[in-house]
Amino acid sequence: MTELIIASMMTMMTAATPLMFAATGELICERSGVLNLGVEGMMLIGAVFGFATAAVTGNASLGLLAAGASGILASLIFAFLTLTMLSNQVATGLALTIFGTGLSALVGFDYVGETIDRIAAIHLPVLSDLPVVGPLLFGHDPLVYLSFILLIGVALFLNRSRWGMILKAVGDSDVSAHAIGYPVVLIRYAAVAFGGLMAGLGGGYLSLVYTPLWAENMTAGRGWIALALVVFASWRPERVLFGAILFGGITILQLNAQAAGLGIPAAFMSMLPYIATIVVLVLISRDVVRIRLNAPACLGRPFRAER
Amino acid sequence: MTDQMGISPPPTARSEILLEARGISKGFPGVWEHLILEHIDFDVRAGEVHTLLGENGAGKTVIANILSGYYGKTDGEILVKGQPVTLESPRDGLAHGIAMVHQELMLVPAFTVAENVMVGLNAPGLSFRKQAVEQQLDDLVAHYGLQVDPRVRVEDLSAGEQQRVEILKVLFHQPEVLLLDEPTSLLTPQEADQLFKVLRAMTDEGKGIVFISHKMHEVFAVSDRVTVLKLGKARGTMPISQTNEDDLTRKTFGETVPDYMERPAVEFTENAIEVDRLIPKGLEKKAPASGLSFALHKGEILGLAGVAGNGQSELIASITGLSGVSSGTVTILGEEMTNRTPRAFIEKGVAHIPERRREMGIIEQMFVAENVALKDYRKTPFSRHTILNREEITRHAEEIVSRFNALVPDLWETECRILSGGNIQRLILGRETWREPPVIIASHPTEGLDAKAIRHTWELFLALRAKGSAILLISEDLDEVMSLSDRIGVIFEGGIVGVVEGENANREQLGHWMAGGKISAAA
Repeated sequence: MTELIIASMMTMMTAATPLMFAATGELICERSGVLNLGVEGMMLIGAVFGFATAAVTGNASLGLLAAGASGILASLIFAFLTLTMLSNQVATGLALTIFGTGLSALVGFDYVGETIDRIAAIHLPVLSDLPVVGPLLFGHDPLVYLSFILLIGVALFLNRSRWGMILKAVGDSDVSAHAIGYPVVLIRYAAVAFGGLMAGLGGGYLSLVYTPLWAENMTAGRGWIALALVVFASWRPERVLFGAILFGGITILQLNAQAAGLGIPAAFMSMLPYIATIVVLVLISRDVVRIRLNAPACLGRPFRAER
Repeated sequence: MTDQMGISPPPTARSEILLEARGISKGFPGVWEHLILEHIDFDVRAGEVHTLLGENGAGKTVIANILSGYYGKTDGEILVKGQPVTLESPRDGLAHGIAMVHQELMLVPAFTVAENVMVGLNAPGLSFRKQAVEQQLDDLVAHYGLQVDPRVRVEDLSAGEQQRVEILKVLFHQPEVLLLDEPTSLLTPQEADQLFKVLRAMTDEGKGIVFISHKMHEVFAVSDRVTVLKLGKARGTMPISQTNEDDLTRKTFGETVPDYMERPAVEFTENAIEVDRLIPKGLEKKAPASGLSFALHKGEILGLAGVAGNGQSELIASITGLSGVSSGTVTILGEEMTNRTPRAFIEKGVAHIPERRREMGIIEQMFVAENVALKDYRKTPFSRHTILNREEITRHAEEIVSRFNALVPDLWETECRILSGGNIQRLILGRETWREPPVIIASHPTEGLDAKAIRHTWELFLALRAKGSAILLISEDLDEVMSLSDRIGVIFEGGIVGVVEGENANREQLGHWMAGGKISAAA
């Protein structure tokens, strides 16, 4: 029984990791005032380029780098269209997702069915062999830890650094930030690129660690869950951690419930994260003050400096 | 702080020139092909307040924006202490000791005062010295008497306090030159006086201050020198001691503005609007339990003065049907209209000249003729059986445009968004008043108009009054309220604190009420 619980918690962590990556990136992006709905597309692009690189080179770590880099490139297309050409962020983000779905299917066509060596879980002498605590704390793959470190880093960056304040100022009041002399558009480019990097890594995690293979549309809506997660966390990094584990847990629960034959339809379980997000949205929008404190005031609004 | 206002400092003609503009020109590409600034020479010396005076649209803000690095310039030179400089961004301006306080507050509402200051500092990106900044702010607050708590969120502050935060924010950079763009627009007269004392304290330290205003009494209260600007051209610079109010007014506006427009005396009998114990939606927490009550008679102009954000918008929304009423009643021309729809109010004959004219007054993407017909298109002769009568609409729009002197390239090809604020206001005034409606709710009706158009609008209002229209005039501009109103009420935190006859109103009394002082009317 203990083993089953430990195994469930381990898989819950791995299910939460891609969500953590993508949501942390999108959180920074939205905090700068840019709504990028292309997370799902960027994750797919990261997944397929990561897998292809790993398959060609035989090196999963290189694959991970490729996943991050391709995520950045995809996000820069979005940034150019929305920040420089001032196109509509919602429409452009949706287009990016559709583009990513198509591109990844095209690139991944030749790799369907291939396998690679996944990035292995770490094994620390003594520590990893401890009962219960060992596998739970010291038995994951390195990316699980990386996602934690990045999330904590982002939390510190936003709440405890001047750069973080500048980013929040750009998202909360672009005109004021511009009036103090900050390059609003450039800062938003950087935030969008960070979002792309993280979405790419999240996608890479899926194809390089979670299930080391490529299957068309393998993200299966995780990009959308990550977007919902940012709202669920009301734009606070520390709440992303909680939400990612919760949503990851629901995913695992859904698999286990199916395996155990409980008779709960899988579709019902997979809609739970979205229902949870809607409930949270309703709850926080009941309190006008709280939603104003949290949601970046300039989210989705185009900005052009007058000179 | 001691009263330093009455004592003028010695003439500053020989002190050092801190900032100088030589032959500055500015043109915006696109719609406005002409130059909006033409060869402006301007300078500010250590220890003086140099006022830029001009009516709306004269180019005052543009000069300040160029001098602070917010805008680029088309031509000319900027010198700091005699050295030519290039200002690519407001950062460059700050680096040269030039700081600007914009008319619209440039603050992040969700940040505390200290955080708003920190964002603008030139410190390493990973540093976070919030407590140190709070301490330094406490010192600055004490030094200049700018009462504000650095630890409070900006969105919880009043407009006057936010203004002080803006000033603290730029003072933190220890600028040598401070540019203030209409800083008193959100202040009560008393708060403005307090600000002038702070400015004096700064000039005593050798700072140079550029003060932008279109209000004559402020210019005389605070300036050492004044430069008059008209339509993008400088109309001369002079020490304040060598000019007087009449002279300056003529240079600025072309004619003098009467303190009180003469009008025939009328016996007010019938009520046009009765508002009884009204608490509009959104004001439940702020408003007094007794709500807001007043009556506006037929043929009367009631001025409603007050600092922005004291419930004016909510009141207007509830007497035009734009938003609901929490408690109390609204009666228009004898019929109770509480919580009725906007269309019901329009049908009843309530015209509305809204404050945010681009958002609420027009539909920016629609053509001029369409906007002029926006409230009448459903009636004959403008449409019949839901089919629009284009000829009739064109004829009507032509008439409004020419009667109100709006500058409009084409009725059916010009989208309203490319028109200037003043021209949009002319169209709105025309659309709302041509039927001579029984009730007119006018919010800042002359904002952005030039002196001649202001005069025309005032005369129009008096003509409408003579025909029996009841006019509720809501404005932060005390001059306008005092010139036009038969009675003046002051709104403070969702209640009326005082009412006085327009002819007997005085600025101090109104200012006292605007700050919330509840002393019964002298008149």
